[in-house]
Amino acid sequence: MEHIVIIGNGIAGITAARHIRKQSDKKITVISSESDHFFSRTALMYVYMGHMKFDHLKPYEDWFWKKNRIALINGLVVRVDISNNTIHLQDSQEVPYDKLIIATGSKTSKYGWPGQDLLGVQGLYSKQDLETMEALAPNKEICTRAVIVGGGLIGIEMAEMLRSRDIPVTFLVREDSYWSNVLPLGESQMINEHILEHHIDLRLSTNLVSIIPDEFGRVKAVTTDNGETIACNFVGLAPGVTPNIDFLKDSGITLGKGVKVNQFLETNIPNIYAIGDCAEQHQAIGNRRAIEAVWYTGRMMGEVVAQTVCGNKMPYNPGHWFNSAKFLDIEYQTYGWVHGNKGKPAEETHFHWRHEKEKICITMAFHKDSKQFLGINTFGIRMRHDVIDRWLTEKRAIDHVLIHLKDANFDPEFYKSYEAAIISSYNKEYNTSLRPKKKSWKRIFSNA
Amino acid sequence: MKTIQNIGLFIFLLGLTIFSLLPFVGSFELSKTTLDTIAQEKNINSEIFLDKLHSTVVGKEFSGLLSLSPKIATNLEQANAYHRKNKEYNKVIYTSAHDLTALIAKKSANGFIVDNKGLMWWLTFGLGIIGALLFILPNVILLGKKGIKNNGIYLQNATNRGWIAWMVFVFLVTFYLVLYFRPQFAVNWTFLVDPISFSLSGNEAGHWFVYGFMYCTVMTVMAVRMYIKYRHNAYQMLRTTSVLFFQIVFAFLIPEIMVRLQMPYYDFKNIFPLDYDFFFQWNLKSLIASGGIGLFILGWGIALSLIAVPMMVYFFGKRWYCSWVCGCGGLAETLGDPYRQHSSKSLFSWRVERWLVHLVLVFVVGMTLMTLYSFFTGSGTVLGIRTQSVQNVYGLAIGAIFAGVIGTGFYPIFGNRVWCRFGCPLAAYLGLVQRFKSRFRITTNGGQCISCGNCSTYCEQGIDVRAYAQKGENIIRSSCVGCGICAAVCPRGVLKLENGPEKGRINPTEILLGNDVDLMDLLNKK
Repeated sequence: MEHIVIIGNGIAGITAARHIRKQSDKKITVISSESDHFFSRTALMYVYMGHMKFDHLKPYEDWFWKKNRIALINGLVVRVDISNNTIHLQDSQEVPYDKLIIATGSKTSKYGWPGQDLLGVQGLYSKQDLETMEALAPNKEICTRAVIVGGGLIGIEMAEMLRSRDIPVTFLVREDSYWSNVLPLGESQMINEHILEHHIDLRLSTNLVSIIPDEFGRVKAVTTDNGETIACNFVGLAPGVTPNIDFLKDSGITLGKGVKVNQFLETNIPNIYAIGDCAEQHQAIGNRRAIEAVWYTGRMMGEVVAQTVCGNKMPYNPGHWFNSAKFLDIEYQTYGWVHGNKGKPAEETHFHWRHEKEKICITMAFHKDSKQFLGINTFGIRMRHDVIDRWLTEKRAIDHVLIHLKDANFDPEFYKSYEAAIISSYNKEYNTSLRPKKKSWKRIFSNA
Repeated sequence: MKTIQNIGLFIFLLGLTIFSLLPFVGSFELSKTTLDTIAQEKNINSEIFLDKLHSTVVGKEFSGLLSLSPKIATNLEQANAYHRKNKEYNKVIYTSAHDLTALIAKKSANGFIVDNKGLMWWLTFGLGIIGALLFILPNVILLGKKGIKNNGIYLQNATNRGWIAWMVFVFLVTFYLVLYFRPQFAVNWTFLVDPISFSLSGNEAGHWFVYGFMYCTVMTVMAVRMYIKYRHNAYQMLRTTSVLFFQIVFAFLIPEIMVRLQMPYYDFKNIFPLDYDFFFQWNLKSLIASGGIGLFILGWGIALSLIAVPMMVYFFGKRWYCSWVCGCGGLAETLGDPYRQHSSKSLFSWRVERWLVHLVLVFVVGMTLMTLYSFFTGSGTVLGIRTQSVQNVYGLAIGAIFAGVIGTGFYPIFGNRVWCRFGCPLAAYLGLVQRFKSRFRITTNGGQCISCGNCSTYCEQGIDVRAYAQKGENIIRSSCVGCGICAAVCPRGVLKLENGPEKGRINPTEILLGNDVDLMDLLNKK
């Protein structure tokens, strides 16, 4: 029986394992040094905040793996021997494989800051990160101030976590507005305001210079490029993540920043594949990045590589981009492409609407000449994925999207809806006279 | 703000302590005339019993029910034993010792509690309400901006099965045991609400009136908590208002007012088979004897079960009842909300649930068929089994222990819907319709799920919502009561409760939205 070994039990590796099992009887082994069982990394914050216990993060009960004949090994892979098709674990165990899937995910990026490895300085990516955060910043008495470095998704999550225990937080953001390389300005500014509302000390256009230890080797302060020294007992590093592939250095597998793969997620070695955060496409697909460190793309690559491994060779062909996040109390969804100030093509025009009182806004991107709808960001409004996905596929015009916007609303029942306000604002700005159509189940399910 | 909360907590606990001590205090002195009236009312013609009461109880002052209760119980037992031995069956007293003690205590109580009903109400209910509100209201400020506020739920003793939760568990279980099985200890509580009962029905309060009043009070106070916690969520606000309205108006006020108008006591929203004794002989007889209104109730009750349930579930899902109208659901959604995360999500629990809840449905239907057979034929037995015995077993095991003691008592440890999920026959019936013929579903939003688990954790019905959401499948489950919390706690906007066309309602998928693999190719391969 062919033995498929998967390194990494995150969403990419586990999705691959599940789909291989659905389609075949192959022997499957999943190796991880992080946890015995698969858990949802994106929910680690909720354990610290007390919304859930760690056990709730496990999407499958513990009997699931045995029942589905997916062997689990808790161990750290130190070397892959491609000539003998064997991997070596830290405890000197050797595991032979016929096909190998590398799904080792990411680790926190560190940019050589003095003191970046001190006690009390960490990112938030792994189960171990959660455990050290719980130990070092359990409450505001022990952790009197925390500094978060990096204005992205993990940074704001860490800030929210610490605030849930009333720990004072200073949030250093390199850009002049939160996540402004991704978000259009109006949205980014609204999040700035929301961060301040949550009593987070937001420092825009501020970079970390160094981290200063106390006599026990624990962080006691940071210095910034504004010349300021901020006393703190905890530093959250969230400048981004890098593929976790150090153990592959001399393996013969071609590496760039990540494990280099083609569209079939194959590495340069015929029976070795890489998926998820650690995979780097030779050629980025569409507007996507070569390395996509996102939950959904990890899952999709897992779905695809399982097909290939089971003999149904299939390219990784992601559809329209989508993503979501939550900034403190504000939910965010994005579909298609709405660029921030970084890499925005000249023909991409934005229509922005923001509620006059509530923290609700949307931005729609469209082609300035053809009026083709390119993407939408929503804050505080939920959108129906399949409806927007269809509009993008059908290359609908912005007018069509606006008129039918009610079809795409996914907010809970009885919520106020804002389509009328959005359209009237658009009409005013572009001198049009569009009118919203009523929601139609027929249109919503026309593809189903 | 924290100080106000602490003061509130103290006041609440003070009220609760006074309330809890009441069963053990009070003075009771039975007069000869009162005893005679009771004997006449209850048709007691056992001289032995009456004589013994005259010599050992009448004219003596008892302090607390612990001293009075055993006296009556032993005398009753001895008298009954004597009569049975001598085959004087007409003299045997069939009223239980507990009920008789409750009656005697109610009529013979004197002293501070009886003389100061209003003051005592303030010292118990009043302090409880004020304290609880002082504890709850500061959350308007403390919870901060609108949004999901579940911080610390698993870090706090009371909501994480700590000792406080176990104390609440013991308190609730004991309270229900007293209510169902030792009503004499509830006598002092009835005095607190006598004035309210008088003004509504014109009668003195019994222990079920205490329960009804308390139910409404607790729901109202805890609804304030819901309003604050979910003030960003229109669905939760409306739903909470709805259950509160139906409890106070339909379950509490209307029946009491109907009694005042010489009509049968009836809760117009309590549907058979949850209302398991609707077809019991005594009820049918009393309805038929009540003339027009009785017949109306009879028709209404049958129409609710046979027409309203399937029709409403088809259009709105079982939520129209379970989380918008039902009293049990109402308490679960208010008092029980802090404990919703404790319902087990394991596959094992789901198996137990399906067996148990459907067995109860079979039980209640079987019992009702026997009851109707007995009613129309006049035969007390069906196939050699006594209808009355089956009714007694159901009333005790399901009506009292499962729905009451376990149903509410188990909130702090096993979640707030134990009864609704494992035991309620009406929920089982509604669920069957919901599963097979309904427009209701929880739609999963394409590929947006990140498997975080908030939805599953906070599902009070123990549904592993995430298991569906992460596969891109809609959630179609007979047990879903449509409380809407899964959709509320979802950080990524993945879930939406909605009523839509039946087509495409159940949508198993191989590959989630967002991954443009060739689906036809995939399917052909299979």
